[in-house]
Amino acid sequence: MDIEIIKVGMADLNSSRHPCMLTTLGLGSCVGVALYDSTSKVAGLAHVMLPSSEQAKNNSNIAKFADTAIVKLVDDMIKLGARKDRIVAKLAGGAQMFVFNQSSDLMRIGYRNVVASKEKLKLLNIPVISEDTGGNYGRTIELYSDDGRLMIKTIGFGIKQI
Amino acid sequence: MSISFDELNNIQMDVLREIGNIGAGNAVTSLAKMIDKKVDMAVPEVKIMGFDKVSQILGGEEILVVGILLNVTGDLTGNMMFILDINAARKLVNILLGSNDETNLDFNELELSALKEIGNILTASYLSALAGLTNLKILPSVPELAIDMAGAILSVPAIEFGKVGDSVLYIETEFSEGITKVFGDFLLIPDVESYEVLLRALGVIE
Repeated sequence: MDIEIIKVGMADLNSSRHPCMLTTLGLGSCVGVALYDSTSKVAGLAHVMLPSSEQAKNNSNIAKFADTAIVKLVDDMIKLGARKDRIVAKLAGGAQMFVFNQSSDLMRIGYRNVVASKEKLKLLNIPVISEDTGGNYGRTIELYSDDGRLMIKTIGFGIKQI
Repeated sequence: MSISFDELNNIQMDVLREIGNIGAGNAVTSLAKMIDKKVDMAVPEVKIMGFDKVSQILGGEEILVVGILLNVTGDLTGNMMFILDINAARKLVNILLGSNDETNLDFNELELSALKEIGNILTASYLSALAGLTNLKILPSVPELAIDMAGAILSVPAIEFGKVGDSVLYIETEFSEGITKVFGDFLLIPDVESYEVLLRALGVIE
């Protein structure tokens, strides 16, 4: 069966009915939030850059922030036939690409993105069933609508599935 | 007040392009001295682009690159990044250390510190040209190096920029050395407030 491949860019989100594969390439400090409803097989993916829209001077792009992106993604998925109480989440990314001596905000942003994403998911009662976050390397991720598996590809650390 | 990138006029864009030109020219001169070869440079491009285009500038998000990142403080604040294609990095290291295996893309400790030193010298000469031109105090931090996918490397300055806007201003420069094609990009990414400081110091705005 031909599946539709949907590319999600930086500070972007998308969702689709089965059959599809949602992918985002070269995640660094950003976090990929993958949502899936195994009954309706509706899948959604957000490439989150920053933890919170409330601290930002310019928050017009809601896909950019963990708090607003996740809400929008869930809404979009419900419109496609997903049910909120069936949606589960998988997280990937949130790396620290550069190791500076001083621990500035810029350097801890990956970790903060992961924490903010988890907080928002908890508020929405969406369980995080697996994650591959942190480290100091980039990740390309692929979310498949047939069973909700999340493939994670790296340059130095091989391929894994969560 | 801060300047919106969409409002930059042609004269201001020309000035930013010229800054890129002089900064990169200085860096290329340092590089030529270091490797004792003639290095050519293309005219820098000033680009304003959305985040979705950011990681495509080097040929795709998954392309393996060397990224050298430093923080800038002083009158001008922000980040500076020097990005080098992995094959170009290998060629540069080979020229510097006198080896000739171009297929090995794993760098040992000595080669990594040579790469770091190249990044250090290039970014420092770029910024010193900029400081000389503007009379601004520009204090670079010690650069840090990472080798990974272009998208992942670029996410770090892009995130910093994402706090204030949806598009990024890159001053992009390419250079080459003879038949051994070596190219890289300088990305000068001042904080939004710093564009005004920069343009004011250059006398482009009142």
